Amino acid sequence: MRQERLSLVLSVGLLAGLAVVPLVTAANTVLNFLVFAMILALAAHGWNLLAGYAGQFSFGHAAFFGVGAYGGALLQMRAGINPWVAFLGGIMLAGIVGAVIGALSFRADLRGSYFSLVTLAFAEVLRILVNATPATGGAAGLLIPLDVRFANFQFASRAAFYWIALALVALVTLLMLVIENTRFGAYLTAIRENEDAARALGVDVFAEKIKAMTLSAAITGAAGGLYAQYFLYLDANIGFGPWISIEALVAPIIGGLGTAAGPLVGALALQMLGEMSKTVAGRIPGIDLVLFGLLLVLVIAFMRRGVVGQLQRLAMARGGA
Amino acid sequence: MLETHALTKHFGGLRAVDGATLSVEAGTITGLIGPNGAGKTTLFAMISGFEEPTSGTVTFAGEDVTRESAHKRARRGIARTFQIVRPFAGLTVRQNIAVGAYLRHPSRTDALRKAEEVAQQVGLAPQIDRPASELTVAGRKRLELARALAIEPKLLLLDEVLAGLNPSEIRDMLPVLRSVRDGGITILMVEHVMQAIMSLCDVVHVLAQGVMIAQGTPDEIARDPRVIEAYLGAGAAKRLEAARAHA
Repeated sequence: MRQERLSLVLSVGLLAGLAVVPLVTAANTVLNFLVFAMILALAAHGWNLLAGYAGQFSFGHAAFFGVGAYGGALLQMRAGINPWVAFLGGIMLAGIVGAVIGALSFRADLRGSYFSLVTLAFAEVLRILVNATPATGGAAGLLIPLDVRFANFQFASRAAFYWIALALVALVTLLMLVIENTRFGAYLTAIRENEDAARALGVDVFAEKIKAMTLSAAITGAAGGLYAQYFLYLDANIGFGPWISIEALVAPIIGGLGTAAGPLVGALALQMLGEMSKTVAGRIPGIDLVLFGLLLVLVIAFMRRGVVGQLQRLAMARGGA
Repeated sequence: MLETHALTKHFGGLRAVDGATLSVEAGTITGLIGPNGAGKTTLFAMISGFEEPTSGTVTFAGEDVTRESAHKRARRGIARTFQIVRPFAGLTVRQNIAVGAYLRHPSRTDALRKAEEVAQQVGLAPQIDRPASELTVAGRKRLELARALAIEPKLLLLDEVLAGLNPSEIRDMLPVLRSVRDGGITILMVEHVMQAIMSLCDVVHVLAQGVMIAQGTPDEIARDPRVIEAYLGAGAAKRLEAARAHA
């Protein structure tokens, strides 16, 4: 089975399975877990587009997560814009910030680890700025006023919010599957594999990278916006801290880099692992991060193409090529 | 079709190419030869937009393209291959060629159909669904050629597309190159394989130490004393002449 087919089957199966969970259980812990996994999957999808498909490894996707989260929150709190519209505004802002950071780094022809370091720097600068600026709530953070109404993007039932998050993940997965079959997708993989060869074939490498960066930032921004609406609280470390940059990249690497199903598979796996490590290891702070690190090392050592790549190999070994 | 005028490239104190003027007539196969380090690849890079010249101009189809970026020149119809092949290793042969085909065929179906057609033309059809990383050296050279052809160029720049092939692989490749020319694509080729230059080229330019030293038909070039000296060292032409007189 080709990777694209496997990704399609896997995604449809997982998403359908996930969609019925609230019908089976109303347990808050389960829904909390899943909402968080969806937010993570969305952030991971954004990162995967840029790194998995286009080969540009960002270490600072927190910048876009934060802009999406803070953008949406500030637009509704300070400008009085409807939260749904503010959510879209946050996504657009994240896309713009992505385009600007992309233009600056790619214009300077930063590649490989230099690009990673610059994105990390941008995220850190934003984190420090937001932490120091009174308008963004400073170190105390932002509390979005509780006002549970559908029009406010706040729901009495966790399931409703979960379904919206799930629908967004489904939408983005579909978008990735479509991109894989377009010229844009082919150009991104060409850039990943060899930039000079792509240029020789008429690919405007700079423009394609900017497009990828913008879209990637917007998707990760959507994850930030969802986070803000769900938890109704933000501070600079949540919005712009390295944790989300790391989780957004670990999930697709574990799930399957450059595959449409990878981010969701990886996000679920990571979340499960995190929960398990918390119950097993008790209350040692950061133990789940230690486990993430260990898992990452194991995946890179033994499963270089992630869960999806491994499943594909198994499928081929069974003669289902 | 293509003209370079006094094209010069300095790398620090080194004059890699020094005032190279050449012209390529439409419909021909033009050769560019010269000893190692003569500046052929640098000249190619300036024609295709990968290096910016220190001075001089590149004119393509009557328009000055000297400062234009590589991808824009590709869109104009200048295709190039790389001396050190650069396959998109993670993709199949078909996907590799399709990246080129997408330039003129935005729709996926059309691009893939075009890719298949080109694979057929260069003899890669049997391997079309193999990963590019599994190809042999000869296969990779063909893939370089196929990708460049897929952008439907007017001018094809071939940088040692025969290097590293064994004699029978070279023999297989010559008719492919001829068919490309007969299909209306002008070719400028850098090559060390003299057998290919002699049998394919209409005109040959010779570059030595960054300077154009001769041009003419392959036969003229092979007899040119300046060319012989450039390859074999000062005085070589005279010694050959003397040896021939003795024989």
